[in-house]
Amino acid sequence: MEVEQTALPGIGLRHDFTTRKGQRVGVVSHRTGRRDLVIYDADDPDAVCHVVKLNDEEADALAELLGAPRIVQRLNQLHEQVEGLVSVQMPVPDGSPYAGRPMGDARVRTRTSASIVAVVRSGRVFASPGPDFVFAAGDVVVVVGSEDTTAEVAGILADG
Amino acid sequence: MHHTAILFLEFGAIVLALGILGALALRVGISPIPLYLIAGLAFGTGGVLPLATSDDFVGVGAELGVVLLLLTLGLEYNADELVTSLTGNIRAGIVDLVLNAAPGAICALLLGWGPVAAVAMAGVTYATSSGITAKVLSDLGWIGNRETPTVLSLLVFEDLTMAVYLPILTTILAGLSLASGAVAVGVALLTVSAVLVVALKFGRFIESFVSSPNNEVLLLKVVGLALLVAGLAQQLNVSAAVGAFLVGIALSGELAEDAQALLAPLRDLFAAVFFVFFGLQTDPAKILPVAGLAALLAVVSMVTKLLTGAYAARRAGIGKAGQARAGIALIPRGEFNIVIAGLAVGAGAHPDLGALAAAYVLILAAFGPLAAKLVQPLITSIAKRS
Repeated sequence: MEVEQTALPGIGLRHDFTTRKGQRVGVVSHRTGRRDLVIYDADDPDAVCHVVKLNDEEADALAELLGAPRIVQRLNQLHEQVEGLVSVQMPVPDGSPYAGRPMGDARVRTRTSASIVAVVRSGRVFASPGPDFVFAAGDVVVVVGSEDTTAEVAGILADG
Repeated sequence: MHHTAILFLEFGAIVLALGILGALALRVGISPIPLYLIAGLAFGTGGVLPLATSDDFVGVGAELGVVLLLLTLGLEYNADELVTSLTGNIRAGIVDLVLNAAPGAICALLLGWGPVAAVAMAGVTYATSSGITAKVLSDLGWIGNRETPTVLSLLVFEDLTMAVYLPILTTILAGLSLASGAVAVGVALLTVSAVLVVALKFGRFIESFVSSPNNEVLLLKVVGLALLVAGLAQQLNVSAAVGAFLVGIALSGELAEDAQALLAPLRDLFAAVFFVFFGLQTDPAKILPVAGLAALLAVVSMVTKLLTGAYAARRAGIGKAGQARAGIALIPRGEFNIVIAGLAVGAGAHPDLGALAAAYVLILAAFGPLAAKLVQPLITSIAKRS
């Protein structure tokens, strides 16, 4: 999902995105602190058909309603996972046989049962990379698994 | 009667009449600017109820109105926004300038008013009223629309163009010889760029000087600084209005928001006085002969603004309905056009220019918002059908 940000000179900022069902929604943040929740017309995707004007307090309340249960859910998931699991960051070293090759070639999950959950490249995070994600030397790989399996992944990245 | 008593009576009558007209405009849902102009026509020479004593007083009030109008306009933008929209929309901005300055300039030349009046009329037909357009966008709930950033950046581009255009106009109006005129334009442009650079690079220092937690101190500092710079700019032939606009741009962030909130009532009062004053200076008897011409000019520049908006929106990847909305949103003319005409009339560009500009702005300030309101349902139905 990609959130688009647009500057509105003299007014503020607009963020908007399209839901999986094709509905476009956005938030206009006025410099005065007012927040407009805007819903776009399905027939005329450039036009807003509904505007909900919210003051500071109302916008906070809405954000809490939408966001709080989600945070609790995420925390619970983390708790379930925490026992016996470790998350380790490791580099793709200069001489790695997988530098310049897609991640699928390393078959990390099949060989070690640990998962690569993210790759950090020069400050940018690529979350949940797919099998065709191409490694580069110097990437930092975030691996989740047990103590032993994550160590195996480090070995694979270094020596193949 | 005592002179002061008459002054208060007349000024009070004017302001009260404006209040009543404003209430009327609010009820009908149109911009009050055309009504203020009509009120000025009624109070002025040749009007229904000519007032004479308060002319000077109203004149000073009108000058203050222009300074405050441009100061608050400048406060709406920060320097970064100006630079971004300048670099991102230069092509659409130039199309806007060429398409919409042309009708006024050509009209003045065809009438044989000469090149000076042509430059002034170009400005009268070029500038969209950012005040009325912003109000249309927010009244109709178009702020979230995807074509709105295009419209807003065109407005910013126009305002920046004005910052360059007004000093050139005032120099030309001063009627200097070609050589000294060129020098004066050069000085004017240098001053504008110098102030812009100061605003961009050292805005923070100006802000820390002006900033105060006390509303009263903040108000006095902002107005004082704006008037000082306006006076200096006027002395350098750059026009007071541009000086105030640049002060507004130099201030940004929370400070600008606070200042805007404090200045809004002052600006509303004196801006209304300015519209009345322009009406006062215009003889209503002169309007009728130019009414047809003004209507024709209004129709032509409505079409050119529609084309401008559609072109800019299409470049931004907006659909047909949004392109039409962008064009319609740009139609209203108002404060700037009257400011330009006011400068030209003050310098004696052409006796009929004031009447033509007044009639022209009357039509477009009233019709622009109405067009947006009336045309929207039509656009929506067409968009839904296709």
